[in-house]
Amino acid sequence: MAVLDREKFLEFLLRLADDHLVLGHRLSEWCGHAPMLEEDLAMPNMALDLIGQARALYAYAAEVEGEGRTEDDFAYLRREREYRNCLLAERPNGDFARTMLRQIYFAAFMEPMWRAMTTSNDETLAGIAAKAVKEAAYHIRHAGEWVVRLGDGTEESARRMKAAAEELAPYVGELFETDEVTEAMTEAGVAPDPASLRPEFDRTIGAVFAEAGLEVPAAPWVQSGGRRGRHGEAMGYLLAELQYMQRTYPGAVW
Amino acid sequence: MPGRAEGGAKERRLARKAYEAAASVVDPEVPCVTIADLGILRSVELNGDVAVAKVTPTYSGCPAVLAIELSVEAALREAGFDARVERVISPAWTTDWITAEGREKLRAFGIAPPEKASNSIRALFGEVQVACPKCGSSDTAKVSEFGSTACKALYRCNACREPFDYFKCI
Repeated sequence: MAVLDREKFLEFLLRLADDHLVLGHRLSEWCGHAPMLEEDLAMPNMALDLIGQARALYAYAAEVEGEGRTEDDFAYLRREREYRNCLLAERPNGDFARTMLRQIYFAAFMEPMWRAMTTSNDETLAGIAAKAVKEAAYHIRHAGEWVVRLGDGTEESARRMKAAAEELAPYVGELFETDEVTEAMTEAGVAPDPASLRPEFDRTIGAVFAEAGLEVPAAPWVQSGGRRGRHGEAMGYLLAELQYMQRTYPGAVW
Repeated sequence: MPGRAEGGAKERRLARKAYEAAASVVDPEVPCVTIADLGILRSVELNGDVAVAKVTPTYSGCPAVLAIELSVEAALREAGFDARVERVISPAWTTDWITAEGREKLRAFGIAPPEKASNSIRALFGEVQVACPKCGSSDTAKVSEFGSTACKALYRCNACREPFDYFKCI
């Protein structure tokens, strides 16, 4: 077993934490705007799950880094280029079809990822994973039901779900990318090779799409760059809102 | 409880008092049950003059966690101890840790308790049969996967027509 490189481990933790913070923030944008009361409760609940997971990861990243930064510093005081989230997470909400499809893509990727990490050589990560895996399973169910409902619904809802699938198709491939960071994690027994999760992801998504009467669109290309800090236009607006309070009132605490 | 010979009756009495003080704290979101009923209070140990309580969060983002930790600390201080609360994330909390008494309290409060270990995380659209906490009928339907808090789903009873919360099984 390879010795764990601290820099790479920190990078890995921040990728994971940033995915969850950014997607959690996106879901929280639905609060007060969801199409029905039950969904207005569901969105912030899922956002809470994701932001709770992000907090645990940031707190651990702060400990690993050991330079006095806190979870808040990571969440609120970094620049856009320092965020390592996948581009899928930052995609704008669009309509409910796009939000639910983005959600099931992410959850269907994370559920097997967390499940594998419950037996991680890193005990803290294994503890976070043991809780998160069940939450991710709930997110698959919730979002999956909506993909089926909309895909197999009216002409209009099916049209929107198809449009969502086409729009998000280029952002799926990035989830499974490997590089020297993921390789170091796999070698040290910290986390699985993301590419190895693809068959299970395809089975989950394939089953949901089949039930919804949809075809999984081919990706015209793989849009990549989030893991290296290169984000889309949407990210700047997202951070402007996310970081507003802390930038305006530096050091403010609840 | 480890059977330590050196403790003595006084220390055991104090440890018991500290445990009971912490165990009496109720969940701020589900005030019919204590944190001991829910199984999230893992232990209370005396470390010199300091009572150290270990607490496990139910959900990653549960907003009640901080409130619970502050309440435990306050309850221990009120009982005359210096107090410290530690958050333990491993092993992860599961609804199987809710005591039989806790489950009955939930039902009496109108919240259907989790159906034990019946909800496999592999079941993509797996549905559990949840009995209505008011009339006992099993003719119920899920309205939403997420209810008033992260730990609950929203159901409706087709027999007595009442909506009710179901404490999700995780």
